[in-house]
Amino acid sequence: MIRSHIMLCSGTGCVASGCHAISDAIEAEIKAVGLESEVKIVHTGCFGLCALGPIMIIYPEGSFYAQVKPEDCKEIVDEHLLKGRIVKRLLYHETVGDDKLTNLSDTGFYKKQKRIALRLCGVIDPEHIDEYIGFNGYEALGKVLTEMKPEEVIDLLKKSGLRGRGGAGFPTGLKWEFAAKAKGEQKYVCCNADEGDPGAFMDRSILEGDPHAIIEAMTIAAYAIGADKGYVYVRAEYPIAVTRLEIAIKQAKEYGLLGENIFESGFGFDLEIRLGAGAFVCGEETALMTSIEGNRGEPRPRPPFPAVKGLFNCPTVLNNVETYANIPQIILNGTDWFTSMGTETSKGTKVFALGGNVTNVGLVEVPMGTTLREIVEEIGGGVPGGKKFKAAQTGGPSGGCIPAEHFDVPIDFEQLTAIGSMMGSGGLIVMDEDSCMVDIAKYFLGFTVEESCGKCTPCRIGTKRLYELLDKITSGNGEMSDFDMLDTLCHHIISSSLCALGQTAPNPVLSTLNYFKDEYLAHIVEKRCPAGVCKDLLRYTIIEEKCIGCTVCLKNCPTNAITGAVKVPHVINQEKCIKCDVCVEKCKFNAILKQ
Amino acid sequence: MGVSTIEFKGTKEQENLLKEAIALNKDREGALMPVLQAAQNIYGYMPREVQQMVAEGMGVSLSEIYGVVTFYSQFHLQPKGKYKVHICMGTACYVKGAGKILERFEKELGIKDGECTADGKFSIDGLRCVGACGLAPVLSVNDDVYGKVTEDQVPDILANYKE
Repeated sequence: MIRSHIMLCSGTGCVASGCHAISDAIEAEIKAVGLESEVKIVHTGCFGLCALGPIMIIYPEGSFYAQVKPEDCKEIVDEHLLKGRIVKRLLYHETVGDDKLTNLSDTGFYKKQKRIALRLCGVIDPEHIDEYIGFNGYEALGKVLTEMKPEEVIDLLKKSGLRGRGGAGFPTGLKWEFAAKAKGEQKYVCCNADEGDPGAFMDRSILEGDPHAIIEAMTIAAYAIGADKGYVYVRAEYPIAVTRLEIAIKQAKEYGLLGENIFESGFGFDLEIRLGAGAFVCGEETALMTSIEGNRGEPRPRPPFPAVKGLFNCPTVLNNVETYANIPQIILNGTDWFTSMGTETSKGTKVFALGGNVTNVGLVEVPMGTTLREIVEEIGGGVPGGKKFKAAQTGGPSGGCIPAEHFDVPIDFEQLTAIGSMMGSGGLIVMDEDSCMVDIAKYFLGFTVEESCGKCTPCRIGTKRLYELLDKITSGNGEMSDFDMLDTLCHHIISSSLCALGQTAPNPVLSTLNYFKDEYLAHIVEKRCPAGVCKDLLRYTIIEEKCIGCTVCLKNCPTNAITGAVKVPHVINQEKCIKCDVCVEKCKFNAILKQ
Repeated sequence: MGVSTIEFKGTKEQENLLKEAIALNKDREGALMPVLQAAQNIYGYMPREVQQMVAEGMGVSLSEIYGVVTFYSQFHLQPKGKYKVHICMGTACYVKGAGKILERFEKELGIKDGECTADGKFSIDGLRCVGACGLAPVLSVNDDVYGKVTEDQVPDILANYKE
């Protein structure tokens, strides 16, 4: 009989930090002591606390072992599994109470979270359909197909207030209604898993940790609008997600939960995976469908909207992964349950990928209306290394940088837009005082310039010119007149670009101009980068009091820019200095000042 | 057209694999992308000769194939190195110093982002977010993933791939 379960996180984060080696080691140790029939290893999806990977939770005790190494496995098996003694030194420190384990749900990271879309991530083995079924999986589909009419499904969704989690927040029920009412023999249901925002990885984690939820929800959508064929468009950069989804589709077909005549209802639905090929613009709905059709993934003007004329010119519903993950739960638990969470305009929860300069990097799901402060400080554990918080960036290249003054704004679709950012798909990157805001704006514009598909001029040329202006400023050639030019360009790009990529591309510039104008001024007027990031504006000088005249820097300088005699403080010739940083690396006395 | 500077050395075996992939997909709706992805997997890159074969097999013009291939960043007109260094340039990695790590690789190998060393051993590519932000900055060399990398580790990482 199985008496212990080892839940081993096998999401991309933990795979990268070496969970396969842990799995092999623990399996060997279990075998060595003959516990194979009593202990079961479950490879789960993401627990969320990626910074602590590889992660292992052993039940029934619920002990959370963090940053496990292969050589720790013998101790875990010998002590914990054989003798029943928890290995305290490997526990996640927040779970170590005075005399007993603190429940994981009471730790700072998990306390304020509410997991709906991530419900089963880290709970089940995503490669076994029975585990999903064991947690009410496919029950919502059964209910829909046997008890509800398509209109009733759409009404329920409309009443729930669910809005698209991919960025724009369009009401999902309304989208389905348009597609249901659209005329057409053939209709399609698509899933947007082309998660391109740098720093966002919730869709990947859901596909890796709970792929059946997406299959179930897409089948429900197909029933509601009258479609019989669907596509999941996944980034090729997510190999684990693709494999797990393939396995899940195969298993669902074997169980008769996908394919023809599901639940003997006469309704059938077929699902296929299509891989992206590395074009950010394909996250835009019309571009995504053009790509599935086998073309260059360029967007096209709307209307007609996909609900009327989408994939292969047929009515199509396209939702994002996280949106789909909510749907079976809404059907099972009802609209009152769902609307009890969130704000006036945004119901339910939102998953954020918390990254950058924050202690608890990982995936968090919180009710809409949670403040940035709660997410960054309480859940995220604040900025590490005693550094100061500077800004939080949401919405990727379409969003903006939010300064500390807006820390207490409750986050929902409207509020984020009001403070010059946007929800986007939910990337939340924390930046500390070492980040230069002009450089960050330039970073995002560099991204958009490369990813602009080139179809419309405002985006193709406009973003390039914006980038050039920012480059001019960060290289020390900025002029005051550049402010007006930036502003004018931004507004022209917003008003005249064809798709959301161009329409939102100026947001990183506008938000940093709005909140961090002093940094732009420092670059333009004082020719100085306050964060010490922009290389062209850096000056290397030798601090006289600290320099003992050891000549090490002088000998290592590749351009002979440093002069001086033994035991006399040296001097850097600014004209010769190429800012290669060698002197800083070589100086043992911290005598070189870089600013 | 981006003419490959390296001589094309496709084998009969590879050609047969490509023909199989075309036959398998040809009648599916929107088959071109899966076929191109298969072609790149078989040959490792997409030189003109391979594009020509796909064009003929699919009954599509070469210019259309070229248009699609050059649109997506995962199709390469030039071959990549035996060891493909991929450095994540997502925001989380960027704010944790991915730019400096890329620079260091460029310096150590004497090539720029997107290029391949003359001996065909290493290529460097800055990547869009790989979604492993918890380990930022992240990079991979073929299938080996390195997390929380510092600039100083770059020579040691490269030393793992001597063969």
